[in-house]
Amino acid sequence: MNALSLPELLVLVVRRDLVLAMRRRADVLTTLVFFVMVVSLFPLGVGKGELTLLHRIAPGVVWVAALLASMLSLGRMFSADYLDGTLEQILLAPQSLSVLVLGKIVAHWMVSGLPLVLMAPVLGLQFGLPADQLGVLMLALLLGTPVLSMIGAVGAALTLGLRGGGVLVSLLVLPLCIPVLVFGSGAVAQVAGGVTYAAHLELLCALLVAAAVSTPWVTAQALRISME
Amino acid sequence: MAINWFKYSAPSTFYALAGKLAPWFAGLSAILFMIGLYMGLVAAPTDVQQGEAYRIIYIHVPTSILSMFIYLLMAGYAALGLIFNTRLSAMMAGALAPTGALFSLIALWTGAFWGRPEWGTYWVWDARLTSELILFFLYLGFIALHASIDDPRRADRAAALLAIVGSVNVPIIYFSVYWWNTLHQIPTFQVSGAKIDPTMEHALLVMMFACWFYAIAMTFWRVRSIILERERNTQWVRELPEARS
Repeated sequence: MNALSLPELLVLVVRRDLVLAMRRRADVLTTLVFFVMVVSLFPLGVGKGELTLLHRIAPGVVWVAALLASMLSLGRMFSADYLDGTLEQILLAPQSLSVLVLGKIVAHWMVSGLPLVLMAPVLGLQFGLPADQLGVLMLALLLGTPVLSMIGAVGAALTLGLRGGGVLVSLLVLPLCIPVLVFGSGAVAQVAGGVTYAAHLELLCALLVAAAVSTPWVTAQALRISME
Repeated sequence: MAINWFKYSAPSTFYALAGKLAPWFAGLSAILFMIGLYMGLVAAPTDVQQGEAYRIIYIHVPTSILSMFIYLLMAGYAALGLIFNTRLSAMMAGALAPTGALFSLIALWTGAFWGRPEWGTYWVWDARLTSELILFFLYLGFIALHASIDDPRRADRAAALLAIVGSVNVPIIYFSVYWWNTLHQIPTFQVSGAKIDPTMEHALLVMMFACWFYAIAMTFWRVRSIILERERNTQWVRELPEARS
Protein backbone atom coordinates (compact mmCIF):
# COMPACT_ATOMS: atom_id res chain seq x y z
CA MET A 1 0.00 0.00 0.00
CA ASN A 2 1.49 3.29 -0.99
CA ALA A 3 1.50 5.94 1.71
CA LEU A 4 -0.82 8.88 1.22
CA SER A 5 0.23 12.35 2.22
CA LEU A 6 -2.17 14.13 4.59
CA PRO A 7 -3.63 16.50 1.95
CA GLU A 8 -4.24 13.56 -0.38
CA LEU A 9 -5.94 11.72 2.47
CA LEU A 10 -8.12 14.74 3.18
CA VAL A 11 -9.16 15.01 -0.46
CA LEU A 12 -9.91 11.29 -0.54
CA VAL A 13 -12.22 11.43 2.49
CA VAL A 14 -13.96 14.57 1.27
CA ARG A 15 -14.52 13.08 -2.17
CA ARG A 16 -15.86 9.83 -0.72
CA ASP A 17 -18.36 11.63 1.52
CA LEU A 18 -19.45 13.93 -1.29
CA VAL A 19 -20.07 10.97 -3.58
CA LEU A 20 -22.10 9.27 -0.86
CA ALA A 21 -24.08 12.47 -0.29
CA MET A 22 -24.78 12.84 -4.01
CA ARG A 23 -26.13 9.30 -4.09
CA ARG A 24 -28.70 10.35 -1.51
CA ARG A 25 -29.60 13.79 -2.75
CA ALA A 26 -32.94 13.84 -0.92
CA ASP A 27 -31.17 14.10 2.46
CA VAL A 28 -29.23 17.15 1.34
CA LEU A 29 -32.27 18.80 -0.15
CA THR A 30 -34.38 18.25 2.98
CA THR A 31 -31.96 20.34 5.03
CA LEU A 32 -32.02 23.10 2.45
CA VAL A 33 -35.81 23.07 2.16
CA PHE A 34 -36.06 23.15 5.96
CA PHE A 35 -33.82 26.22 6.03
CA VAL A 36 -35.84 28.02 3.36
CA MET A 37 -39.14 27.15 5.01
CA VAL A 38 -38.15 28.26 8.51
CA VAL A 39 -36.88 31.59 7.21
CA SER A 40 -39.99 32.09 5.07
CA LEU A 41 -42.28 31.41 8.02
CA PHE A 42 -41.05 34.45 9.93
CA PRO A 43 -42.47 37.16 7.64
CA LEU A 44 -45.79 35.30 7.71
CA GLY A 45 -45.71 35.01 11.50
CA VAL A 46 -44.56 38.54 12.18
CA GLY A 47 -46.86 40.16 9.64
CA LYS A 48 -45.99 40.90 6.05
CA GLY A 49 -46.50 44.66 6.41
CA GLU A 50 -43.90 45.12 9.17
CA LEU A 51 -41.03 45.88 6.79
CA THR A 52 -38.84 47.80 9.22
CA LEU A 53 -39.18 45.05 11.81
CA LEU A 54 -38.39 42.40 9.21
CA HIS A 55 -35.28 44.36 8.16
CA ARG A 56 -34.04 44.35 11.71
CA ILE A 57 -34.67 40.70 12.50
CA ALA A 58 -33.55 39.31 9.13
CA PRO A 59 -29.89 38.53 10.04
CA GLY A 60 -30.93 36.86 13.28
CA VAL A 61 -33.63 34.81 11.58
CA VAL A 62 -31.30 33.61 8.83
CA TRP A 63 -28.61 32.71 11.37
CA VAL A 64 -30.94 30.84 13.71
CA ALA A 65 -32.41 28.94 10.76
CA ALA A 66 -28.89 28.07 9.55
CA LEU A 67 -28.04 26.86 13.06
CA LEU A 68 -31.15 24.66 13.24
CA ALA A 69 -30.60 23.32 9.72
CA SER A 70 -27.04 22.35 10.54
CA MET A 71 -28.27 20.61 13.74
CA LEU A 72 -30.71 18.67 11.60
CA SER A 73 -28.01 17.25 9.39
CA LEU A 74 -25.52 16.46 12.18
CA GLY A 75 -27.01 13.03 12.80
CA ARG A 76 -25.87 11.96 9.35
CA MET A 77 -22.24 12.91 9.81
CA PHE A 78 -21.13 9.64 11.40
CA SER A 79 -24.23 7.49 11.81
CA ALA A 80 -24.24 5.82 8.37
CA ASP A 81 -20.56 4.91 8.69
CA TYR A 82 -21.21 3.72 12.24
CA LEU A 83 -24.07 1.46 11.21
CA ASP A 84 -22.32 -0.26 8.30
CA GLY A 85 -19.01 -0.67 10.15
CA THR A 86 -16.98 1.76 8.04
CA LEU A 87 -16.28 3.91 11.08
CA GLU A 88 -14.54 1.01 12.79
CA GLN A 89 -12.27 0.62 9.78
CA ILE A 90 -11.58 4.36 9.81
CA LEU A 91 -10.59 4.16 13.48
CA LEU A 92 -8.27 1.25 12.73
CA ALA A 93 -6.60 3.04 9.83
CA PRO A 94 -2.94 3.90 10.38
CA GLN A 95 -3.48 7.46 9.17
CA SER A 96 -4.22 10.33 11.53
CA LEU A 97 -7.81 10.09 12.72
CA SER A 98 -7.98 13.87 13.18
CA VAL A 99 -7.31 14.41 9.47
CA LEU A 100 -9.91 11.81 8.51
CA VAL A 101 -12.41 13.54 10.82
CA LEU A 102 -11.49 16.93 9.34
CA GLY A 103 -12.26 15.49 5.92
CA LYS A 104 -15.68 14.38 7.08
CA ILE A 105 -16.33 17.81 8.61
CA VAL A 106 -15.34 19.57 5.39
CA ALA A 107 -17.60 17.27 3.38
CA HIS A 108 -20.47 17.86 5.82
CA TRP A 109 -20.03 21.59 5.47
CA MET A 110 -19.93 21.43 1.67
CA VAL A 111 -23.15 19.45 1.68
CA SER A 112 -25.12 21.22 4.40
CA GLY A 113 -23.38 24.54 5.07
CA LEU A 114 -22.35 25.81 1.65
CA PRO A 115 -25.88 25.55 0.15
CA LEU A 116 -27.16 27.67 3.02
CA VAL A 117 -24.55 30.33 2.28
CA LEU A 118 -25.57 30.36 -1.37
CA MET A 119 -29.28 30.48 -0.56
CA ALA A 120 -28.96 33.24 2.04
CA PRO A 121 -29.03 36.23 -0.37
CA VAL A 122 -32.28 34.99 -1.91
CA LEU A 123 -33.82 34.71 1.54
CA GLY A 124 -32.40 38.09 2.49
CA LEU A 125 -34.30 39.57 -0.45
CA GLN A 126 -37.50 38.19 1.04
CA PHE A 127 -36.77 40.39 4.03
CA GLY A 128 -35.88 43.32 1.83
CA LEU A 129 -32.24 43.54 2.88
CA PRO A 130 -30.13 45.98 0.82
CA ALA A 131 -27.19 44.69 -1.22
CA ASP A 132 -24.40 45.71 1.18
CA GLN A 133 -26.05 43.82 4.04
CA LEU A 134 -26.60 40.79 1.82
CA GLY A 135 -22.91 40.69 1.03
CA VAL A 136 -21.90 40.84 4.68
CA LEU A 137 -24.54 38.24 5.58
CA MET A 138 -23.05 35.89 3.02
CA LEU A 139 -19.52 36.57 4.17
CA ALA A 140 -20.47 36.02 7.81
CA LEU A 141 -22.26 32.76 6.96
CA LEU A 142 -19.27 31.66 4.90
CA LEU A 143 -17.03 32.10 7.94
CA GLY A 144 -19.55 30.90 10.52
CA THR A 145 -21.16 27.79 9.06
CA PRO A 146 -17.87 25.79 9.03
CA VAL A 147 -17.59 26.51 12.77
CA LEU A 148 -21.12 25.14 13.23
CA SER A 149 -20.12 21.96 11.40
CA MET A 150 -16.95 21.65 13.47
CA ILE A 151 -18.60 22.13 16.86
CA GLY A 152 -21.45 19.94 15.69
CA ALA A 153 -19.02 17.15 14.83
CA VAL A 154 -17.98 16.94 18.50
CA GLY A 155 -21.61 16.61 19.56
CA ALA A 156 -22.37 14.09 16.81
CA ALA A 157 -19.40 11.96 17.83
CA LEU A 158 -20.32 12.07 21.52
CA THR A 159 -23.94 11.04 20.92
CA LEU A 160 -23.15 8.38 18.31
CA GLY A 161 -25.64 5.52 18.46
CA LEU A 162 -27.57 6.83 21.46
CA ARG A 163 -31.31 6.79 22.00
CA GLY A 164 -32.76 10.20 21.23
CA GLY A 165 -29.40 11.37 19.95
CA GLY A 166 -30.96 14.03 17.76
CA VAL A 167 -32.41 16.05 20.62
CA LEU A 168 -29.41 15.46 22.82
CA VAL A 169 -26.96 16.69 20.21
CA SER A 170 -28.84 19.99 20.02
CA LEU A 171 -28.69 20.36 23.79
CA LEU A 172 -24.92 19.82 23.75
CA VAL A 173 -24.03 21.81 20.67
CA LEU A 174 -26.37 24.82 20.66
CA PRO A 175 -24.88 26.51 23.77
CA LEU A 176 -21.40 26.26 22.26
CA CYS A 177 -22.65 27.77 18.98
CA ILE A 178 -24.00 30.92 20.61
CA PRO A 179 -20.80 32.99 20.03
CA VAL A 180 -20.96 32.23 16.30
CA LEU A 181 -24.59 33.32 16.23
CA VAL A 182 -23.88 36.53 18.17
CA PHE A 183 -20.97 37.67 16.01
CA GLY A 184 -22.50 36.42 12.76
CA SER A 185 -25.77 38.29 13.06
CA GLY A 186 -23.96 41.14 14.81
CA ALA A 187 -21.86 41.81 11.71
CA VAL A 188 -24.96 42.40 9.58
CA ALA A 189 -26.53 44.57 12.27
CA GLN A 190 -23.32 46.66 12.28
CA VAL A 191 -23.68 47.34 8.54
CA ALA A 192 -27.33 48.24 9.05
CA GLY A 193 -26.28 50.67 11.78
CA GLY A 194 -23.70 52.21 9.45
CA VAL A 195 -20.73 51.15 11.62
CA THR A 196 -17.72 49.11 10.60
CA TYR A 197 -18.32 45.37 10.71
CA ALA A 198 -14.67 44.29 10.48
CA ALA A 199 -14.39 43.46 14.20
CA HIS A 200 -17.25 40.96 14.08
CA LEU A 201 -15.88 39.24 10.99
CA GLU A 202 -12.42 39.12 12.54
CA LEU A 203 -13.86 37.46 15.65
CA LEU A 204 -15.62 34.95 13.39
CA CYS A 205 -12.30 34.26 11.68
CA ALA A 206 -10.72 33.74 15.10
CA LEU A 207 -13.48 31.29 16.05
CA LEU A 208 -12.98 29.48 12.74
CA VAL A 209 -9.24 29.13 13.27
CA ALA A 210 -9.64 28.02 16.90
CA ALA A 211 -12.31 25.49 15.95
CA ALA A 212 -10.34 24.18 12.97
CA VAL A 213 -7.32 23.54 15.17
CA SER A 214 -9.06 21.95 18.13
CA THR A 215 -12.31 20.28 17.09
CA PRO A 216 -10.98 17.57 14.71
CA TRP A 217 -8.80 16.24 17.52
CA VAL A 218 -11.58 16.45 20.13
CA THR A 219 -13.98 14.75 17.70
CA ALA A 220 -11.44 12.00 17.12
CA GLN A 221 -11.19 11.42 20.89
CA ALA A 222 -14.99 11.44 21.17
CA LEU A 223 -15.23 8.84 18.39
CA ARG A 224 -12.74 6.61 20.17
CA ILE A 225 -14.79 6.88 23.38
CA SER A 226 -18.01 6.14 21.54
CA MET A 227 -16.62 3.16 19.62
CA GLU A 228 -14.67 1.32 22.30
CA MET B 1 6.10 6.23 58.33
CA ALA B 2 5.06 6.12 54.72
CA ILE B 3 1.80 7.83 53.96
CA ASN B 4 -0.43 6.23 51.35
CA TRP B 5 -1.49 9.33 49.40
CA PHE B 6 -3.89 7.35 47.27
CA LYS B 7 -5.79 5.74 50.13
CA TYR B 8 -8.88 7.88 49.58
CA SER B 9 -8.83 7.57 45.81
CA ALA B 10 -10.50 4.17 46.15
CA PRO B 11 -14.29 4.35 46.23
CA SER B 12 -14.52 1.99 49.23
CA THR B 13 -12.37 4.16 51.51
CA PHE B 14 -13.71 7.44 50.19
CA TYR B 15 -17.26 6.24 50.77
CA ALA B 16 -16.57 5.99 54.51
CA LEU B 17 -14.63 9.26 54.62
CA ALA B 18 -17.34 11.18 52.76
CA GLY B 19 -19.95 9.73 55.10
CA LYS B 20 -18.02 10.96 58.13
CA LEU B 21 -17.27 14.43 56.74
CA ALA B 22 -20.56 15.31 55.06
CA PRO B 23 -22.63 15.95 58.24
CA TRP B 24 -19.89 18.24 59.59
CA PHE B 25 -19.83 20.31 56.41
CA ALA B 26 -23.62 20.40 56.33
CA GLY B 27 -23.83 21.54 59.97
CA LEU B 28 -21.12 24.14 59.50
CA SER B 29 -22.84 25.39 56.37
CA ALA B 30 -26.18 25.73 58.20
CA ILE B 31 -24.56 27.73 61.03
CA LEU B 32 -22.65 29.95 58.59
CA PHE B 33 -25.78 30.53 56.52
CA MET B 34 -27.58 31.76 59.65
CA ILE B 35 -24.71 34.03 60.67
CA GLY B 36 -24.14 35.27 57.13
CA LEU B 37 -27.80 35.96 56.43
CA TYR B 38 -28.14 37.81 59.73
CA MET B 39 -25.06 39.89 58.97
CA GLY B 40 -26.12 40.53 55.40
CA LEU B 41 -29.82 41.16 55.83
CA VAL B 42 -29.90 42.83 59.25
CA ALA B 43 -26.51 44.02 60.46
CA ALA B 44 -24.97 45.38 57.24
CA PRO B 45 -25.75 49.00 56.45
CA THR B 46 -28.03 50.01 53.60
CA ASP B 47 -26.27 50.86 50.35
CA VAL B 48 -26.24 54.56 49.49
CA GLN B 49 -27.06 54.13 45.80
CA GLN B 50 -28.96 50.88 45.65
CA GLY B 51 -31.06 50.93 48.81
CA GLU B 52 -32.15 47.69 50.43
CA ALA B 53 -32.31 45.70 47.18
CA TYR B 54 -28.55 45.38 47.10
CA ARG B 55 -28.78 42.74 49.86
CA ILE B 56 -29.48 40.14 47.16
CA ILE B 57 -25.74 40.14 46.47
CA TYR B 58 -25.18 38.09 49.63
CA ILE B 59 -26.79 35.19 47.75
CA HIS B 60 -25.96 36.27 44.21
CA VAL B 61 -22.21 36.76 44.47
CA PRO B 62 -21.31 33.50 46.29
CA THR B 63 -23.55 31.36 44.09
CA SER B 64 -22.26 32.87 40.85
CA ILE B 65 -18.62 32.52 41.88
CA LEU B 66 -19.25 28.93 42.93
CA SER B 67 -21.18 28.09 39.77
CA MET B 68 -18.04 28.94 37.77
CA PHE B 69 -15.62 27.37 40.21
CA ILE B 70 -17.59 24.14 40.50
CA TYR B 71 -17.60 23.87 36.72
CA LEU B 72 -13.81 24.10 36.64
CA LEU B 73 -13.59 21.59 39.48
CA MET B 74 -15.96 19.28 37.63
CA ALA B 75 -13.96 19.61 34.40
CA GLY B 76 -10.78 18.99 36.40
CA TYR B 77 -12.14 15.81 37.93
CA ALA B 78 -13.48 14.78 34.53
CA ALA B 79 -10.03 15.30 33.00
CA LEU B 80 -8.41 13.27 35.78
CA GLY B 81 -10.87 10.48 35.14
CA LEU B 82 -10.26 10.63 31.41
CA ILE B 83 -6.47 10.71 31.64
CA PHE B 84 -5.72 8.40 34.57
CA ASN B 85 -8.88 6.30 34.31
CA THR B 86 -9.58 6.67 38.03
CA ARG B 87 -13.07 5.57 38.94
CA LEU B 88 -13.67 8.03 41.74
CA SER B 89 -12.80 11.15 39.68
CA ALA B 90 -15.60 10.51 37.22
CA MET B 91 -18.01 9.87 40.09
CA MET B 92 -16.97 13.16 41.72
CA ALA B 93 -17.51 15.02 38.44
CA GLY B 94 -20.99 13.51 38.20
CA ALA B 95 -21.72 14.40 41.83
CA LEU B 96 -20.65 18.03 41.38
CA ALA B 97 -22.78 18.72 38.31
CA PRO B 98 -26.26 19.05 39.92
CA THR B 99 -24.95 21.39 42.65
CA GLY B 100 -23.22 23.53 40.05
CA ALA B 101 -26.37 23.65 37.93
CA LEU B 102 -28.37 24.67 41.00
CA PHE B 103 -25.92 27.45 41.84
CA SER B 104 -25.91 28.84 38.32
CA LEU B 105 -29.71 28.79 38.30
CA ILE B 106 -29.81 30.64 41.65
CA ALA B 107 -27.25 33.13 40.36
CA LEU B 108 -29.38 33.85 37.28
CA TRP B 109 -32.56 34.00 39.34
CA THR B 110 -31.28 36.33 42.04
CA GLY B 111 -29.58 38.41 39.36
CA ALA B 112 -32.95 38.87 37.67
CA PHE B 113 -34.57 39.95 40.94
CA TRP B 114 -31.73 42.36 41.58
CA GLY B 115 -31.90 43.69 38.04
CA ARG B 116 -35.59 44.58 38.31
CA PRO B 117 -35.21 47.41 40.88
CA GLU B 118 -31.66 48.43 39.87
CA TRP B 119 -31.65 48.21 36.08
CA GLY B 120 -35.42 48.33 35.62
CA THR B 121 -35.50 44.98 33.86
CA TYR B 122 -35.35 41.32 34.82
CA TRP B 123 -33.14 40.33 31.97
CA VAL B 124 -30.80 41.99 29.51
CA TRP B 125 -28.73 40.23 26.85
CA ASP B 126 -25.57 41.40 28.49
CA ALA B 127 -22.37 39.42 27.94
CA ARG B 128 -22.11 38.15 31.50
CA LEU B 129 -25.76 37.16 31.80
CA THR B 130 -25.63 35.35 28.48
CA SER B 131 -22.44 33.49 29.30
CA GLU B 132 -23.80 32.47 32.73
CA LEU B 133 -26.90 31.16 30.95
CA ILE B 134 -24.64 29.17 28.62
CA LEU B 135 -22.92 27.76 31.71
CA PHE B 136 -26.29 26.59 33.01
CA PHE B 137 -26.98 24.92 29.64
CA LEU B 138 -23.56 23.27 29.73
CA TYR B 139 -24.32 21.77 33.14
CA LEU B 140 -27.63 20.48 31.79
CA GLY B 141 -25.88 19.06 28.71
CA PHE B 142 -23.34 17.29 30.92
CA ILE B 143 -26.10 15.76 33.07
CA ALA B 144 -28.23 14.84 30.04
CA LEU B 145 -25.35 13.24 28.13
CA HIS B 146 -24.32 11.24 31.18
CA ALA B 147 -27.89 10.11 31.77
CA SER B 148 -28.54 8.98 28.21
CA ILE B 149 -25.56 6.62 27.90
CA ASP B 150 -26.24 3.24 29.48
CA ASP B 151 -22.67 2.03 29.78
CA PRO B 152 -21.31 3.97 32.80
CA ARG B 153 -17.72 3.92 31.57
CA ARG B 154 -18.61 5.38 28.20
CA ALA B 155 -20.94 7.85 29.92
CA ASP B 156 -18.11 9.04 32.19
CA ARG B 157 -15.68 9.50 29.35
CA ALA B 158 -18.09 11.16 26.91
CA ALA B 159 -19.39 13.55 29.59
CA ALA B 160 -15.81 14.28 30.65
CA LEU B 161 -14.87 15.34 27.13
CA LEU B 162 -17.93 17.59 26.97
CA ALA B 163 -17.06 19.17 30.34
CA ILE B 164 -13.52 19.91 29.17
CA VAL B 165 -14.71 21.43 25.89
CA GLY B 166 -17.28 23.53 27.78
CA SER B 167 -14.71 24.90 30.21
CA VAL B 168 -13.67 27.48 27.58
CA ASN B 169 -16.81 29.30 28.65
CA VAL B 170 -15.71 29.94 32.25
CA PRO B 171 -12.98 32.51 31.51
CA ILE B 172 -15.40 34.20 29.12
CA ILE B 173 -17.93 34.65 31.97
CA TYR B 174 -15.27 35.84 34.35
CA PHE B 175 -13.71 38.41 32.02
CA SER B 176 -16.91 39.38 30.21
CA VAL B 177 -17.39 42.46 32.38
CA TYR B 178 -13.91 43.68 31.51
CA TRP B 179 -13.96 42.76 27.82
CA TRP B 180 -17.36 44.13 26.95
CA ASN B 181 -18.60 47.44 28.21
CA THR B 182 -22.03 46.28 29.31
CA LEU B 183 -24.57 46.68 32.06
CA HIS B 184 -23.23 44.19 34.60
CA GLN B 185 -20.77 45.98 36.89
CA ILE B 186 -17.26 44.79 37.69
CA PRO B 187 -16.77 42.99 41.04
CA THR B 188 -17.54 45.03 44.12
CA PHE B 189 -15.72 42.53 46.27
CA GLN B 190 -11.97 42.56 45.88
CA VAL B 191 -9.61 41.03 48.37
CA SER B 192 -7.03 43.81 48.27
CA GLY B 193 -8.91 47.06 47.86
CA ALA B 194 -11.41 47.34 50.73
CA LYS B 195 -13.76 49.88 49.21
CA ILE B 196 -16.87 48.54 50.88
CA ASP B 197 -18.05 48.54 54.48
CA PRO B 198 -16.30 45.85 56.57
CA THR B 199 -19.62 44.35 57.71
CA MET B 200 -20.65 43.86 54.09
CA GLU B 201 -17.32 42.32 53.28
CA HIS B 202 -17.46 39.94 56.24
CA ALA B 203 -21.06 38.98 55.51
CA LEU B 204 -20.08 38.15 51.92
CA LEU B 205 -17.13 36.09 53.11
CA VAL B 206 -19.29 34.15 55.57
CA MET B 207 -21.90 33.49 52.89
CA MET B 208 -19.14 32.40 50.53
CA PHE B 209 -17.95 29.78 53.02
CA ALA B 210 -21.53 28.74 53.78
CA CYS B 211 -22.13 28.04 50.08
CA TRP B 212 -18.81 26.24 49.81
CA PHE B 213 -19.59 23.93 52.70
CA TYR B 214 -23.09 23.32 51.38
CA ALA B 215 -21.61 22.31 48.01
CA ILE B 216 -19.07 20.01 49.67
CA ALA B 217 -21.68 18.34 51.89
CA MET B 218 -24.11 17.80 49.02
CA THR B 219 -21.37 16.49 46.73
CA PHE B 220 -20.19 14.02 49.38
CA TRP B 221 -23.70 12.73 49.97
CA ARG B 222 -24.34 12.47 46.25
CA VAL B 223 -21.05 10.76 45.53
CA ARG B 224 -21.88 8.20 48.24
CA SER B 225 -25.07 7.32 46.38
CA ILE B 226 -23.19 7.12 43.09
CA ILE B 227 -20.52 4.87 44.63
CA LEU B 228 -23.19 2.55 46.05
CA GLU B 229 -24.95 2.38 42.70
CA ARG B 230 -21.81 1.71 40.68
CA GLU B 231 -20.18 -0.70 43.11
CA ARG B 232 -23.35 -2.58 44.03
CA ASN B 233 -21.90 -5.88 42.83
CA THR B 234 -18.76 -5.71 44.95
CA GLN B 235 -18.07 -7.51 48.17
CA TRP B 236 -17.41 -4.42 50.29
CA VAL B 237 -20.77 -2.88 49.44
CA ARG B 238 -22.56 -6.08 50.36
CA GLU B 239 -20.83 -6.08 53.72
CA LEU B 240 -21.92 -2.53 54.55
CA PRO B 241 -24.43 -2.43 57.42
CA GLU B 242 -26.73 -0.07 55.45
CA ALA B 243 -26.71 -2.39 52.43
CA ARG B 244 -27.52 -5.50 54.45
CA SER B 245 -30.64 -4.21 56.15
